[in-house]
Amino acid sequence: MKNSLRNAVLLLAVLLLPVMRALAQVPATDTPEMADTLRQNGKIYVVVAVIAVVLTGLLVYLISLDRKIGRLERELKD
Amino acid sequence: MFLKTNWWKAGAVLLLIYTAIAGLLMPVPRLAILNESIRNLYFHVPMWFGMTIILATSVYYSIRYLRTPTPQLDILSHESAKTGIYMGIVGLATGSIWARYTWGTWWTNDPKLNGAAIAMLIYGAYLVLRSSFQDEQQRARISAIYNIFAFAAAMPLFFILPRLTDSLHPGAGGNPAFAKYDLDSNMRLVFYPAVISWTLLAFWITQVACRFAFLKLKVYEKQLA
Repeated sequence: MKNSLRNAVLLLAVLLLPVMRALAQVPATDTPEMADTLRQNGKIYVVVAVIAVVLTGLLVYLISLDRKIGRLERELKD
Repeated sequence: MFLKTNWWKAGAVLLLIYTAIAGLLMPVPRLAILNESIRNLYFHVPMWFGMTIILATSVYYSIRYLRTPTPQLDILSHESAKTGIYMGIVGLATGSIWARYTWGTWWTNDPKLNGAAIAMLIYGAYLVLRSSFQDEQQRARISAIYNIFAFAAAMPLFFILPRLTDSLHPGAGGNPAFAKYDLDSNMRLVFYPAVISWTLLAFWITQVACRFAFLKLKVYEKQLA
């Protein structure tokens, strides 16, 4: 169980590593307007954190529903 | 039947979290009008991909039901269709919000938009039709047949008819969807995992709903016995 958790964290880290390049994005003038200020002052991470928490909460709820139904299935098997 | 294992659910969780984080942080092309809203590609478009796949699954179970009528196959087909309809409604809603800030209106009489709306109404009729039967076998058989018809009618409305005329929407009227932005390798890195993760989530929700319906069926059968 501990091993699989570590693997999951590692996999997520590998997936998210390319995000680091987002930090290297240079805001250029004369190009279409993007949320460069939001990125520069780091507030974007607040938004990302909030969305990640909401998503995680919903997924935890789905997992718990899944497990509850699994338990009920085992109970009704006989 | 749905996969009995759980590894694909872990994959769905990981990829969904990845989509949410990388979808907001990964670099995207700087384009006029779209600006940052191009990131909607990771959330709006996968709804339609997922919907198409899960509705196709529903048709698959409907055909199997017609060959060997069992209540289980009817449940699988019905729950898949319901998830597909949810995703379609979310797709319409997100598309409408996106249209407001890029095209300047919540809705236009665009062939792609109207086609999608009509297709959703066809599927809405599926739910109405289902609820209008008292007899379970009759309900299952007729809605299986209607489901096949609905899929055959909806898919051209989504993907073929809009391409035959001019349309604002990418992927219609000879418009090559987001191919030219997708070619941006950074967007592909998020877009493909996004499609896979939202589709897996649709299957997961459907599986949980089906298992609940199976349990209900089992309890009823026990009470009758």
